[in-house]
Amino acid sequence: MKSMDTIKALGAVAALAVGAVAFFTLERPPVNVVQRGYRGTGLDEIYNPRHLAAQADLNKVPAMLPQLQVGPLAKTVYKNVQVLGDVHVGEFTRLMASMTTWVAPKQGCGYCHNVNNMADDSKYTKKVARKMILMVRAINSNWTDHVKKVGVTCYTCHRGNNVPQYIWFKNDGPPEAGGFAETYTGKNLMIGPNHSSLPYDPYSIFLKEDPQTIRVQATTALPGGDRHSIKQAEWTYALMIHFSSALGVNCTYCHNSRAFGDWSESTPQRVTAWYGVKMVRAVNTGYLEPVQSLLPSYRLGPSGDGPKVFCKTCHQGAYKPLYGAAMAPNFPELYQPAADTTDTGAMPAAAPPTAAPPTAAPPAAAPAAAAPPAATPPAETPTAPAPAAPTRQPPQP
Amino acid sequence: MAEYQNIFTRIQPRGPIQTVPLPHGDDTRLGGIHSHLFGVIGDAQIGPFYLGRLGLASLICGFIAFEIIGLNMLASVNWNFVQFIRQLPWLGLEPPPPSLGLTLFPPMNEGGWWLLAGFFLTTSILLWWVRMYRRAVALGMGTHVAWAFASAIWLYLVLGFIRPILMGSWGEAVPFGIFPHLDWTASFSLRYGNLFYNPFHMLSIAFLYGSAVLFAMHAATVLATGRYGAEREVEQIVHRGTAFERGMLFWRWTMGFNATAESIHRWAWWFAVLTTLTGGIGILLTGTAVDNWYLWGMKHHIVAPYPHMGVPDPGPLSAIGGTGAVK
Repeated sequence: MKSMDTIKALGAVAALAVGAVAFFTLERPPVNVVQRGYRGTGLDEIYNPRHLAAQADLNKVPAMLPQLQVGPLAKTVYKNVQVLGDVHVGEFTRLMASMTTWVAPKQGCGYCHNVNNMADDSKYTKKVARKMILMVRAINSNWTDHVKKVGVTCYTCHRGNNVPQYIWFKNDGPPEAGGFAETYTGKNLMIGPNHSSLPYDPYSIFLKEDPQTIRVQATTALPGGDRHSIKQAEWTYALMIHFSSALGVNCTYCHNSRAFGDWSESTPQRVTAWYGVKMVRAVNTGYLEPVQSLLPSYRLGPSGDGPKVFCKTCHQGAYKPLYGAAMAPNFPELYQPAADTTDTGAMPAAAPPTAAPPTAAPPAAAPAAAAPPAATPPAETPTAPAPAAPTRQPPQP
Repeated sequence: MAEYQNIFTRIQPRGPIQTVPLPHGDDTRLGGIHSHLFGVIGDAQIGPFYLGRLGLASLICGFIAFEIIGLNMLASVNWNFVQFIRQLPWLGLEPPPPSLGLTLFPPMNEGGWWLLAGFFLTTSILLWWVRMYRRAVALGMGTHVAWAFASAIWLYLVLGFIRPILMGSWGEAVPFGIFPHLDWTASFSLRYGNLFYNPFHMLSIAFLYGSAVLFAMHAATVLATGRYGAEREVEQIVHRGTAFERGMLFWRWTMGFNATAESIHRWAWWFAVLTTLTGGIGILLTGTAVDNWYLWGMKHHIVAPYPHMGVPDPGPLSAIGGTGAVK
C-alpha cells in the first residue's frame, strides 16, 4: 500500500508539472482562423483576439496636426536648411513639431537643435535626422512596390522613441570559451529568432551589401549541381522566422507550405516581401551605415556598428505597420520633389513583372478583417502627395 | 470488472528462481534484488546485469562521446553552468562546415569534435549491438532483438555517415543537440523540397503509425483476455487456450481476419524494423538521387494539382544586386 501512495504522489506531481507547463505556454481559446488561399492548402492566418487587441493598442495612429501649406519657403526664412529648404514655412514648422512628438517627445526641440541657435549643426542628432528625412523620402518615392500608398514617416519606426525599439546590430553572440572547443557557429543558443536555436544573426548576411543567397531549395527534381547545404537552409529559415514574427503572421501568409520556394503557389504578399528585402538592404547600405560615423559610441552595437533596420523595425508585429494607416500622404514634404530623380539610386535595377496575375487574388484583405475596428486606418487611399518646389539644393548628408 | 483494467501489475509472485541451463560461467548470474515498486511496473527482480568486456567498452565509448558533446556545449556558453542548464535544449555540437568537405581531420573547433564524438558514439552503438547479439546466442535465443536494433543503426549511419560521404560533405550530417537536431530536420526538408513527397518517407511513416496501431491492438487483446490467462502467450501458441481463442474470435468478428498469437509478433517486428529501414532509404536518396521531392512528386503525378494560383517569380534577389546603394 505504501508504494501505491508513492505512485499517487508521483502522479500528482507529474500532473501539476504538466498543468503548469500547459498553463504558461499554451494559448487559451478562442482562436480565429482566416482562410486566405485555396481550400485544403492550409493558407490560413490564425489570430487570438486577446493578443490582437493588445497589438492594436500598440499600433494606434497618433494625432496629426492639420496641414499648413502657407508662407514663404523655409530656406528664405531660416538658415542652414539643407533638405527641407523648398518646403513652405507652415509645412516646415508643422513637420518639425511632428518630428518632436514622433522621435523626442520628452527632450523636445533640444534633442536635435542647439536651442540658442537652431541653425547650428553641432548636435549629431540633427545631422542624423537630416539623413533620415532623405531616407524617408527615398522610401516613399522609390519603394512604392513595398510601401505602396501607405508610405512611412518617422513614427512608423520611432513610435516616440529616440531610437526605434526594434533594430539590429552585427551579433557575434555572447562570449564562448573558444580555443580548442567548438567556436562561432552563429547558432544553437536561446537568442535565435523567436527564441529558436536557429542562427541568431541572419540579418548581417542577408540584409546588407553583398548579401548571401536566400534561395536554397533545389529548382530541379533531380540533382543538377545545386550545392546549397542544409546549414545554409538554416540561415534562410532563421530569416524567414524573423519575417513571420515581425509581421505577426504564419509562413502561409506568403508561402504554400508544401512548396516553400515555388512562386506559382505563393501569395502576392510574397512579392511585397521580396521588394521589402531589397528596400531594407538599400536602406541599411544607403542610409543607416553611412550615419554610423556620426553616432556617439553609446549608440553603437557590441561590434562597433551602427543600428540597422529589418522587417520588425517598421512592422512591429503587424502585417502592415500601424495596420496600413496611411500617415505619410499627410506629409507631402516626406516625398522626393518631382524633379529630383537622382537622389538615391534606390530604384530596383530591373522592373519585375506585376505582382498578381488576374486569376490569382487570394483575399488579401483578410488580416484587415481580422483586426479589431480600433486598428482601422483613417485613410487607405490617400490623395497623391503634392511635391513641394520643383528644385532644391543637393542634399548634404 | 476494474480488477482487469488496472494499468499496474497487481500480483507479484516471489519464489525460487527457475531458469534454463546456462553456459559455463554464466550460471552464477541469476540472483538480484527485489523491489516492490519495480514489480508494479514490471518484474520485481532487478539484476543481475551482464556487462562484460563489450558492454564495458561500449559504455566507455558512449561516455567519451557524451563528454565531448557536453563539454563543447558548456564551452559554447563560456563554461557558465547556469547558462548550460538554462539553455541545454538549445545547445549543440555542429558537424564541420560544408566548405571542409570530407576532411578527415578538420580543425577541432570547426567540427573536429563532432567527428570525434560521432566516432565514439558509433563505436559505442556497434559494440552494444555485438553484445546484444552475443547475449542472445548465449541464452540460446534467436537474434531478433539485435537485428531490429540493426535497423535503427542503419538509419543512424545513413544520417550521420553514409549519406554525408555520398554527398561529399560532413556538413550534411546531423548536429548533436536537442533543438539543433530538430532544426536540422526541418531545414533538411526545406532544402530538399519537402520530405513528405519522398515515397520512402511515406512508407516509414506508414510503418511507424502501423507499429503503434499493432502495438495497441496486440496489447489490448492480451490485457482484455488476461482473466483467461492470455499473458502466458507462449503456452497459448502451442496449445490454444480459451484466452487466445476468444481474442482471435474477437478480431474475426470485428474485422473478419486475425493474426495468430505467434504471427502478431512477426507483424509487430517487421513493422518496427521497416520503419527505420525505409526511413534510411528515404534519407539516402535525398540529395543523392533526388534534389527536390516536391518537384519529383510533380513529375511523377503524386502531388495533387491546385487550380491556378500564385505569382510570377520576380527573380533571384541577389542576382539583381539587391542593395540599391546610394552614391
